[in-house]
Amino acid sequence: MVAARHRPRLAVWKFASCDGCQLSLLDCEDELLAMAAAVEIAYFPEATRGTIVGRYDISLVEGSITTPHDAQRIRDVRQRSRVLVTIGACATSGGIQALRNFADVQEYASVVYARPEFINTLASSTPIADHVPVDFELRGCPINKRQALEVISAYLATRQPVTPSHSVCIECKLKGNVCVMVAHGTPCLGPVTHAGCGALCPSYDRGCYGCYGPKETPNAPPLSQRLAELGMDECTLQRVYRSFNANAEPFREESERHGP
Amino acid sequence: METAQPTVLTTEGLEGLLGALRRRGYRVVGPTIRDQAIIYDDIASITDLPQGWTDTQEGGSYRLARRENDALFGYAVGPHSWKKFLHPPVLRLWRAERDAGGRRIVPEPDPDERFAFIGVRACDLHAIAIQDKVFLQSTQVDPHYRARREDAFIVAVNCAVAGGTCFCVSMNTGPKAEAGFDLALTEMLGEEEHRFLVEAGTDAGCAILAELPHNSPATTDDLCAATAIVARTAGSMGREMRSDDMHELLLRNLSHSRWDEVAKRCLTCGNCTMVCPTCFCTSVEESSDLAGVETSRSRRWDSCFTMDFSYIHGGSVRSTVRSRYRQWMTHKLATWFDQFGTSGCVGCGRCITWCPVGIDITEEVNAIREIEPQ
Repeated sequence: MVAARHRPRLAVWKFASCDGCQLSLLDCEDELLAMAAAVEIAYFPEATRGTIVGRYDISLVEGSITTPHDAQRIRDVRQRSRVLVTIGACATSGGIQALRNFADVQEYASVVYARPEFINTLASSTPIADHVPVDFELRGCPINKRQALEVISAYLATRQPVTPSHSVCIECKLKGNVCVMVAHGTPCLGPVTHAGCGALCPSYDRGCYGCYGPKETPNAPPLSQRLAELGMDECTLQRVYRSFNANAEPFREESERHGP
Repeated sequence: METAQPTVLTTEGLEGLLGALRRRGYRVVGPTIRDQAIIYDDIASITDLPQGWTDTQEGGSYRLARRENDALFGYAVGPHSWKKFLHPPVLRLWRAERDAGGRRIVPEPDPDERFAFIGVRACDLHAIAIQDKVFLQSTQVDPHYRARREDAFIVAVNCAVAGGTCFCVSMNTGPKAEAGFDLALTEMLGEEEHRFLVEAGTDAGCAILAELPHNSPATTDDLCAATAIVARTAGSMGREMRSDDMHELLLRNLSHSRWDEVAKRCLTCGNCTMVCPTCFCTSVEESSDLAGVETSRSRRWDSCFTMDFSYIHGGSVRSTVRSRYRQWMTHKLATWFDQFGTSGCVGCGRCITWCPVGIDITEEVNAIREIEPQ
């Protein structure tokens, strides 16, 4: 008989984000029952109508901090959580909305909203780790559901999650993919991007878009030089690093080396 | 071994060879085109081979191109090597279950397939021999490699063209297949002929050759023609590197400024190690399920270019790009001798072609040699 064990309380929190990472959790269709058996899903706005009460053993946090209210709320979440895991590009680097960090938010707001004075927003979009201590960061835009299950399984078994921080290239090679950059001349951010997606785009003959953000020790300048040799102009070079992880330091720095 | 005279096979005879291997229960794998490259996969007939195709290779670049003739093996090595079959990229080692009776360890069964490799080049024969040394001839035999390797049937092909990044002549590993094969082919294409000179390297090779149709003894002219083909290939290598003093050269230049220079260009992506036919390093990964009743252990190819590779308590030993590139190259070309008695490089050129930024191991060595601090 498997020993009955305490079911840890799990919460899923949403900050500035598109809900895609929460949907990836719901996408774990075959494993949802097992997950519900292993943890008490105590708060999950995308999936349940529970309320925020008490403390949580593990908090999964989606989204970035873009408002003064959220900057306060994340402190509350931190206090209520024994383990805090950020999920996705928004929560770990600031997300696509961090493009505001390169522009004037007031100017944006005046163009987008009829009554911009009602908008109470910060000048920047920042990752959760800029505000509170984070125990583990899961990358991706959105996160990979296998990796999400791995993080929860590892937590339950009190072991380290296996989410390597090496390049996407290694995932391509493990799959036997033909390199799209070397064999087709397709621009690809795989060599500087964190693994985790299972080399999704290159497996379908597209270059990597960098959804998982910078890998460990990325060396972007020589890659940019190669992309330029493949015909990429300076404006495009700036844009390729300014997507879902534009605010991640190595991508931000590299994007600032290029442009019009 | 029985001594067998070289014979000549027609293309029908080559088709017969594939059939004979299949009838013997082999899974026949060889070169075929996928995603605009020549890779290794299952071969049902010679029509699956990249007939009439070749490749153009340079540092960081690989393109398929049409040949002027219908050669079946008129190209160099591609992104794959045979290690993907003998030393799989990801391999579960065992799993364990927990149930009412307690814990139960379930060993991973040996594969129930035997491989026949078609079109193994001389460089890759040497690479297989090197991995044999690593996995079979050390104090600890690797049972997973042995299970895939010991019954494999190898049909080598002597290279009729050299790729743009080939340097087997520099490494004394080709382009002629000298040993380590059951059969070795040399493709001979003329105005009205398309034949293969076949040499047997083992009894198994002799036995299968004897039963093939469209098979005739080779003439002296055939032998001369085959020798000329290999000689022509040897004379057209894409790269060149002096290799006889590699061990001393690199180990006395561990502080050379070239390591800093290459570190500026290296992406530490690990592609060179993944495509290298001799790189054998793996990482071991554990997994467990949500319910806590099943766990498994797998190993997967790892690379000395990752931070995890040299991670010990407190951090990674080789945290800089410089230290990781130097580790890879000095192991491949120098300290491999200390460890296994041979070079770890066979001159196949894959690390040059498949480096996204075209870093060239021969150029790096030549640069170190040219400006040696006194």
